[in-house]
Amino acid sequence: MDMPRNETRPVSFEEFSTPKHLEKASEQARQRNYQDFLIVDVDSHHYENENYTEVFEYIDSPVLRREAIESGGRTTGFLNTQVGGQNIGGRITRAKGRRIEKVADASRHRDIVMTLDWMNAMGVDYACLFPTPMLFLSAHPVPEIEAAMAQAYNRWLCERVLAHEPRIVSMLYLPFNDPEAAYRTVQEFGGRKGVVGFMVTSPRYKSVHDNAFIKTYSLIEEMGKVLSFHAAYNWDDRALAMTNRFISAHALGFMWFNMVHMTNWVVNGLPERFPKLKVMWIESGLTWAYSLMQRLDHSYMMRTSDCPQLKRKPSEYMREMYFSTQPMEMPEDKSLLEATFKQIKADTQLLWSSDYPHWDFDLPSTIYDLPFLDETAKRNILGGTAAKLFNLDPKPVKRIP
Amino acid sequence: MAEWFVAKASEMADGERRIVTAGKRDIGVFCKDGEYFAYSNTCLHQGGPACEGLLIANVVDIVTPDRLYHGQTFGDDMHFVCPWHGYEYDLKTGECMGDRKQKLRRFEVVTRGGDIYVVA
Repeated sequence: MDMPRNETRPVSFEEFSTPKHLEKASEQARQRNYQDFLIVDVDSHHYENENYTEVFEYIDSPVLRREAIESGGRTTGFLNTQVGGQNIGGRITRAKGRRIEKVADASRHRDIVMTLDWMNAMGVDYACLFPTPMLFLSAHPVPEIEAAMAQAYNRWLCERVLAHEPRIVSMLYLPFNDPEAAYRTVQEFGGRKGVVGFMVTSPRYKSVHDNAFIKTYSLIEEMGKVLSFHAAYNWDDRALAMTNRFISAHALGFMWFNMVHMTNWVVNGLPERFPKLKVMWIESGLTWAYSLMQRLDHSYMMRTSDCPQLKRKPSEYMREMYFSTQPMEMPEDKSLLEATFKQIKADTQLLWSSDYPHWDFDLPSTIYDLPFLDETAKRNILGGTAAKLFNLDPKPVKRIP
Repeated sequence: MAEWFVAKASEMADGERRIVTAGKRDIGVFCKDGEYFAYSNTCLHQGGPACEGLLIANVVDIVTPDRLYHGQTFGDDMHFVCPWHGYEYDLKTGECMGDRKQKLRRFEVVTRGGDIYVVA
């Protein structure tokens, strides 16, 4: 008879290993048989600033390239930054730890190895990778620099990451403050390997219904790619500047900008003008959509003259769009969450996302363990719907440790 | 219930901890201010390694009797923090600071002959 295990180990912050950090996620993956079905993460991140030495070399303008290289990166003047203690005063220990992590396979790009490590640990087959500090580039005062960085990053990502790892895909950064540059971005990168769509970082002050963007939307629609709006906060926003704690700026900011863009998108009839365009709303959680659907429908019944392009209620258009899960609100009363799922038609429109390695990441179990979902709905949300949207092979390819 | 070896008392300094595999259980054992505390190492939130993060004092808003706010400081209570998402637990009770109704399972710790054991 085997003796029960009795092992003991200290806790050290001097070393870090992603598979070790996520050991309990791997346990969950094995217990829930994730190896049997596809899991796609539609919103995950890397820290592109750790690669700025490489990225800056891709800037077209020799003047901006020199400025970028000489600046030494985002901390010294070329790029803007955003105040905010994402890591809760060091309590999220992987933020420091991952910087000193030694990756097992030095022959591949570090970002690829680290990404595959957490994907396998969680049981993820494919991940859509987004940048981190560049989510705030939308607030850069110089649109020319936003456009130059977007182009450089997109080229770097396509050549150094996406071209070398089929399990990593991306929706590329759209430099939305320069509509012509946004259009050129779709033209240049729409056909590249691993490019499943284009992403607008939400904290910005360009209206999505501006005529300047119409040809870009048309091109994305023609290509069959996804247009996504990735939420973030801007603590310099006049309303958010009244808040004094990160929890407030984050909780409100990540909903606020997507609520504004969604409202403009629907009220100005863009779903009628682009009926085949696949639109996704990322990292705002779910309650904002539940609330906004009801709010807009209520006002619409009295003010149809404000939005004459609409042939149906705003919520009906919203229900045809796609939503990522994280950071998914978990009310004690699960009937509230169930009602939200019903409202947004989660079985076909909701896509699981982790947001890893950020501080508020979600595991696949946030969906898999919900008592009100059947197995088909779980599998759709965790990967089936994303596979259809991104044209991915539905066969699982992960290697859970 | 069985006793599971944690460490020699002489090898576990103040503020240190051990993660103990006790059969199928994963338990964090803390040594702090002459006391031992043992809790389940599985966070109540998403199942993270609850006992493997920072050990840190509670944060306090300084509000004077006239109800004015005067900044923040650290208090006297010790918390341990799940490193995945920052869920904080009271070291003395295992209660989750966001909702004290939620508690990590606590285990008894005994010392015998200079050795520390957790009972699980």
